[in-house]
Amino acid sequence: MSYFLRKIGFYAVALWAALTLNFAIPRLLPGNPVDILLAKLQQRGGTVSPEARKAYALLLGGDDSEPLWNQYVRYLNNLMHGDLGVSVSYYPAPVTEVIGQSIPWTIVLVGLSTIIAAILGVGLGAFVGWKPGTWLDSLIPATTLLAAVPYFWLALLLTYLLARVLGWFPFQGGYDVVLTPGWNLEFIGSAIQYGFLPALTIVLASIGGWLLGMRNMMVSTLSEDYILTAEAKGLTPRKILRSYASRNAVLPSVAGFAISLGFVVSGSVITEQVFSYPGIGSRLLGAVQNNDYALMQGVFLFITLAVLGANLVVDLLYGLIDPRTRARN
Amino acid sequence: MTNLNSKAVASAADSAEMLAETAEQDGGPVRSGWRMLLPTMTPWLAVGLILIGSITLFGLLGPFLVGDPTTIRDQGLTGPSSEFWLGTTQTGQDVLAQLAYATRGSLQIGVIVGLLATALSSFFGIYGAYRGRAIDEAFSLLTNVFLVIPGLPLVIVISGFVPQESRGLWTIAVVLAVTSWAAAARVLRAQTLSVRSRDYVAASQVSGERSWRVIVVEILPNLLPVIASQFVFAVIAAILSEAGLSFIGLGASNSSTLGTMLFYAQNGFALPLGAWWWFIPPGLIIALFGMGLSLVNFSIDEIINPKLKNLRLHRKRARRALRLERELARGTRAENPAAGPTAEESAR
Repeated sequence: MSYFLRKIGFYAVALWAALTLNFAIPRLLPGNPVDILLAKLQQRGGTVSPEARKAYALLLGGDDSEPLWNQYVRYLNNLMHGDLGVSVSYYPAPVTEVIGQSIPWTIVLVGLSTIIAAILGVGLGAFVGWKPGTWLDSLIPATTLLAAVPYFWLALLLTYLLARVLGWFPFQGGYDVVLTPGWNLEFIGSAIQYGFLPALTIVLASIGGWLLGMRNMMVSTLSEDYILTAEAKGLTPRKILRSYASRNAVLPSVAGFAISLGFVVSGSVITEQVFSYPGIGSRLLGAVQNNDYALMQGVFLFITLAVLGANLVVDLLYGLIDPRTRARN
Repeated sequence: MTNLNSKAVASAADSAEMLAETAEQDGGPVRSGWRMLLPTMTPWLAVGLILIGSITLFGLLGPFLVGDPTTIRDQGLTGPSSEFWLGTTQTGQDVLAQLAYATRGSLQIGVIVGLLATALSSFFGIYGAYRGRAIDEAFSLLTNVFLVIPGLPLVIVISGFVPQESRGLWTIAVVLAVTSWAAAARVLRAQTLSVRSRDYVAASQVSGERSWRVIVVEILPNLLPVIASQFVFAVIAAILSEAGLSFIGLGASNSSTLGTMLFYAQNGFALPLGAWWWFIPPGLIIALFGMGLSLVNFSIDEIINPKLKNLRLHRKRARRALRLERELARGTRAENPAAGPTAEESAR
């Protein structure tokens, strides 16, 4: 039981660190959001009065007249009530509403493609590591090319080949704009058609890591004594592969989920930009370009929450499937 | 990284035992120890070194050989020709010239971030694990927190808050290093914990050596392959992250990198206009350079995890046996044509 408590405790600390980081970044860095916004306003010919300055400061939640500690307490308090401020670029929509609209797109896209990539990669990795010396195994180093390809460049390449030259898929967007979003067959079909290229990009770019990790673990596992014992018992190779080798070799891949998820989320943020996909990554970049600081911080918080949550679930599951982790702590 | 292979050629294809034997013959234990740290030359390692070498050379010498990358001409968006090997951009700038300067920029940031991140991960990983107790607990908590916070969104938010004038090369490098050291630190911590409990480290501590000396002289040499591999990964990760950051217009304002090129290509509608010569080369260079570094890492992995090396040697022997069997089969086929195919099938 203490294993689970420790894990939950750790993620609580990580969550607090992320929240505090989010609070500290705008206050520690040289640029002042209020000044940047006002400078933009002046460039467009607006006049800036002290009242306008004060209003902007209040709108952005950074009233510098208060002591830092009070600001921090109020920031946490607002978060508890789900108040992330008001988006400037989607004014007057609150940040939570803007994020709420875009987050299902990202969760479905990134979630599905990560699961597909993990299953395919681990499966292929187990197979390749199991049969060393085949032509497939000698191709393994070539998968490093896939792992080193920038996500967004792969996205550009795929769009060029499949959308522009061959014309199989639409260029960009999340669905056909003439349709209204809803749970009908036509809309879902359109969403799948539009989402195929981004998903393919994420799967192709992340599959190499899974494959390589699984293959290397498989190789290490195959020289364990229990594999030899299983062979000596006369078990069929298929049974050894499934019940003895793969099950043990897959553990680091599960434990490494944290790192890979971080990479996939990072990669998909920029991939979404290439496809103008209506997900949370495009919102983040849009917020950066429009100096929409509240939205920027809100999106960062949501992404962090999602990654932390996914990792917590994986860690708890890991404690279940590998009893050693529980025993050691 | 090229110095890694200086002596490796001599030991190519030798088994670990043979290597140890030859090392014993020609020198003391220190030398054979260093020898074991060098990777064995394999075809894939050669491919990796050639990729890294040629791209580095292109980045170092290329800018002296090409013209000014910013010159604007009236030949916009022309494909590859004898005058412009990689065509021109929308405003008639030479893509090859831009590529040379951008490669230099990307390599520069990759190496800077790689060094910074390796230093950070070595400090938090090795020092924390060596000191143990509260410091170790604190450091590994910090490491794990940095590990689960997604890096690029954090970098994007930070870059979004830094005004463009003060967003220089070093700012970006520091931000990238701070967000990317954690995974390596965790691996180093685990390795240090296992090295720290060995007898010779205890002996060194008991004999009154200062802790920095124990770390540098007794522990660090054992971790060198791991650190080398982490450095290689850090360089790849840094080049990729910087490219992503520049691609969305948040890169260093005073430098031109491969990501910046892709940013201009995307904003100059290279994709809808079909100007493949503008956006394919920058990404290809990143991918090939990353591939080269990963291939070098494969060889370093074999030092860290000797099981992988034994596997390769085993496979090599299996291949040789297969070839012999085939030759034999061919021999018998010459005498008895019916026996040929069956022998070959059984060999497979």
